This record gives sequence, C-alpha cells and structure tokens, in this order.
Amino acid sequence: MTPIVDMDLQSLLLHHAIDRFNAAYAASLDERRFNEWPECFVEDARYKVQARENFDRKLPLALIALESQGMMRDRIYGTSQTIYHGPYYTRHVVSPARVTHAGAGTADDPIRAEANYAVFRTKPGSVSEVYQVGRYIDAFVHTDAGLKLQSRLCVYDSEMVLNSLIYPV
Amino acid sequence: MNAPQTLSRWREPGTSRVPFWAYTDPSLYQRELERLFYGPHWCYVGLAIEIPNTGDYRLSWIGERQVIMVRDRIAPKDRATDHGIRVVENRCAHRGVRFCQAPMDGQTGNARSFVCPYHQWTYKLNGDLAGLPFKDGVKADGPEGDCVHGGMPADFDIGKNGLTKLRVAVLHGMVFATFSEEAEPFDQYIGPQVMPWLDRIFQGRQLQLLGYNRQRIPGNWKLMMENIKDPYHPGLLHTWFVTFGLWRADQKSRMVMDEKGRHAVMISRRNDGGANKVVTEGVTSFKANMALNDARLLDVVPEPWWTVDDPSNPGATITPTVTMITLFPSLIIQQQVNSLSTRHIVPRGAGEFDFVWTHFGFADDTEEMTQRRLRQANLFGPAGFVSADDGEVIEFSQDGFKQWGEEGATLVELGGREDDVGQPPTEHMVTETLIRSMYAYWKKAMGIQ
Repeated sequence: MTPIVDMDLQSLLLHHAIDRFNAAYAASLDERRFNEWPECFVEDARYKVQARENFDRKLPLALIALESQGMMRDRIYGTSQTIYHGPYYTRHVVSPARVTHAGAGTADDPIRAEANYAVFRTKPGSVSEVYQVGRYIDAFVHTDAGLKLQSRLCVYDSEMVLNSLIYPV
Repeated sequence: MNAPQTLSRWREPGTSRVPFWAYTDPSLYQRELERLFYGPHWCYVGLAIEIPNTGDYRLSWIGERQVIMVRDRIAPKDRATDHGIRVVENRCAHRGVRFCQAPMDGQTGNARSFVCPYHQWTYKLNGDLAGLPFKDGVKADGPEGDCVHGGMPADFDIGKNGLTKLRVAVLHGMVFATFSEEAEPFDQYIGPQVMPWLDRIFQGRQLQLLGYNRQRIPGNWKLMMENIKDPYHPGLLHTWFVTFGLWRADQKSRMVMDEKGRHAVMISRRNDGGANKVVTEGVTSFKANMALNDARLLDVVPEPWWTVDDPSNPGATITPTVTMITLFPSLIIQQQVNSLSTRHIVPRGAGEFDFVWTHFGFADDTEEMTQRRLRQANLFGPAGFVSADDGEVIEFSQDGFKQWGEEGATLVELGGREDDVGQPPTEHMVTETLIRSMYAYWKKAMGIQ
C-alpha cells in the first residue's frame, strides 16, 4: 500500500472510533442509563450546553456548565432525585463525526472533532417534538478504557428551550 | 374594546381566590395586553450595556409588540442630560412591516439608520422618518411639458409619520419603556419601598454582560410573577434550597411590596441548612445525607454590597443573601448569593410565554468572581438545579386550569385572606401576601371591581 492509503485508513479508523463513541454516548442517555454518562468523560473534563447566541458572541454563560466528573455526577443526582419535572424520553440522532484535529489523543494534544446532533423529546402520552438541535465540539483523549471526552461543548441552535432541560444532551 | 364577558365573573370578594379563567381566557388576555403591557406601566426592555456604541441596537419585546432598543447619536451639548437610549416599535409607519430582522449573531446589531426593505422608508435612530422614495412624485415629460406623476399628498407631514416612539427611562443601566403618555414618572412607578433594593444591586456599578438563556413555558405569564412572589414554595419544591439552606422557612426574611401592591421584593438570608425539624420534617425534597461531589457548585463568597442600611429599621444594617424583585408586569431581578440576572417575561397568548434570562456581573469583578457567578448559574435558568422546577410546575398549573370549568380557582390564603396593600412588610416567608396584593392591583388595572 502507498502511504496515502495508510493515512486514509488511519483517518477512517479514527472517525469510526469517534462515531462508535458517540453512538454509545447517545444510547446511554436515550436508554436512561444516566449513571454511565459521567463515565464517558475523564475526571477533570468539561461539559457545557450553550446557546449559539452566547457562543457566537463569546459571552461565557451556558445553560449547563460542568467542570468535573464530580459535577456531572451531581447533575445526574439532580436529574433523578432533586429536579422536579415531567419525565420524558429522548432520542439522539448524531451525525458522522468530522475530525478537525487528529491530535495524539493526550491531555496536551487531544483529538478534536465535531458532530451535529438532534434530540427529540417524547413525553409519555404525547407526540414527539424536536427538542434541541446543535453540534458537539469535542476534545477526546485515549485512556486505558478507550476514548474519553476531555471536553464536550454542545452549542445549540434552538433559540428557545422547550420549558426546561433536565437530562444532558 | 368591549369588556370581556368574563369580567363580571370574579365572584369572590378580595383576592384570596384567583379564578382559573384569569389564566386561560383569550379575550381577557387581549385586555391585559392593552391595559397592562401597552397601558400606563413601565416595561423592561434590556440593559444599556447591551448597546454600548452609537447605532447599536437590540430587539426586545413589550407584550407581543417587538421593539428596538437603540443608542442614538447625541449632540455634545446634550450628553449630560440625554442618555441617548431610544426605544421604537419595530413596525414600519407605511405598511406595518416588522422590518428590522434579528442579526445572525444574536439579537444585537449596529445601524446608521433603519430602512424598511419593502419601500425603503428610512428612519433615523430615534424613529423619525428621514425620507421615503418618490415622496414628491416622479417628473415626466407630458404633452404639455413637465409634469409630476404621483407622490404623496402635498399635506403629507414627514414629521408625523415616524416609528412609534416609546417613553424611555434608564435606571442604573436598566432600560424601561412605555407606550403610554399616562404612565407616571418612572421613580414614582417603582416607589420608595422597592427602589432601595434596586439601588442595592445596581447603583453606581458598571455591569458586565455574561449571556442569555431563553425558554418557552406553556403557562400564563402571571404564573411566573406569582412564582417569584411566592416564598412558600422554594423550601418545599427545591431540594437544593431546603437542603443547603439557600431559602427555607427558618430563615430571617422579609416580604416588601410597593404602595399599590404590584411590585415586590422577597428578601432572605441563607443559613447552613441541616435538619431543623420545624422546616424539614415530612418535607420529601429535604435530603439529609445529600452532599455535593464537587463543592464548587456552591462556592458562595459574600460581597460587600450585600450589606445596606435597612430601609425598615433606620440606624441598622441588613445583609440579605437573596433578593428576588418583581417589577410589574414583566420583569424579575434575581440576586441569589453570587448569581445575578434579569428575567424578562414575554407573553405569547393566554397559555404561553417566553422567559429570557440575562445574566450579568460587574465590570470590576475579579476573574474568580466571574467564574463563580457562571458556576452558580447552574442553579438558575431553564436547566437550573433550582429553576427548572419552576417552569415545570407552571406548565402543570396551566394544565390543571385548562381541564376544569368555570368555577375553578386557585387558593391563596397562606398568611391570611386580606390583600395587605399599604401594610408594612411581612417579616417571614410563610405567606402568600404578595400574590394577593398583585391581584388587588391587577383587578383595578383591568377594571374588575
């Protein structure tokens, strides 16, 4: 094989690995295995859900801004134990990932990638609605347990949150 | 407008019962728009820091009318007396077009003038009509020499056909406006009971914009005002408040209202939480063993401005950790420990409203303080550990109202059945006095006696 094909194959494998990660991430949320969600991240990872309006204008406010796996566990405790809400199912549809920087996958040189997402909401007894659409802006690192997120920024286009947002996207 | 038939239906005297139709009746809602939002009341539009430069504008709402808040050019001689902020309605004087579209990067932009794309009527930043194409017609060669085709009538007055200009009041960087010539002066509208609590947060400080959150809540707009006039629910609905002592019935608190009962301030001081049985026994939202995995979510640091002279006790000071201010009809101002925001109610029919949160800090905040405010923003907003609950219960309230008939009413008797308008503040939080007082004003303003 020529080196060019080798490069393509490496790129294919990397894209595939991220797509597999995103599929598993979405499944843990859609199947309501919420306790598994913080495990998609490394310990000091960041997770943010931010309106596009703020992101585009470099305003720092986010809808959810978590700075550690501990905060993520606190969020999950909140969604299941403390935030009173009408329950709903989610269905994530995540686009194929686009690797924007094929880094080494270390803390200093993470792999950077983006993917579009749409989350549909279905409340028991009701119709499905488009709940949030946006894109993931990610940094991944290799760990002994496979790829993990060092940061995931969910920038959503939807100008309005449909009442409230309880579960992570 | 004819009085809706519903107005004769408020059967119980007083305001300790609010009929469900007050939240669901479409004709009543139209009357609310006319009398409250477009009537003699000052409505929040935005913050002056959102439009820092000449020509900067931002779209906002008063009721269902979209308005443009814009920073006008001002002559040097007027700079001491004119803040330069104008509010005009986003509706062309010609054919009623809502001509100004939100720019793609948020709802803020910059303009030299406003031009309606349909027929290019052009307005100055202050809303004056600057010109329109073919006003004097088009010169043409006729069989008998020059003639003029068309144009506006000779008596068309360019000075009388500008955009609708609203009266504007700017208080400590907050911008309010009214469509009404009858609205009393702004300071008088707020009143001496509530003003010190606005001064406490804003006076003499330059604000720093942190960003926006927006949510669409399927409930009547008044339910949001009631939620922030209801000190009863936070220590019951909100686990974080009762467990971590941010707001609960064993705290020193005060419920302040203006002399008409329409605006209010809920004031309290946090404690350390814990299992004081008087307020936690039987309260299922209290989690005795709950601890945060990451304590930074509640890294509260007191700020010097929290302490002020106590308006109720001359000579003494007071140091609240939370002040929740409701300015009738459409603004809530939140100080919850280090988190600050304005929350703007934009009604969208009897059964729905948009709720726009603008979080801010101060220009002289340290980087650590900015970070702290942003972290505590996880408690508030559409996804907040605390506030997400509020939108949810409002939706369920509206669901309950809709499913019941003519005779249904909410029960507002905690702390008595009187509306308490004109009474001194209540020095505890086991009361619904502020909801009753708001409806006393609402009934008058709506013409329900």
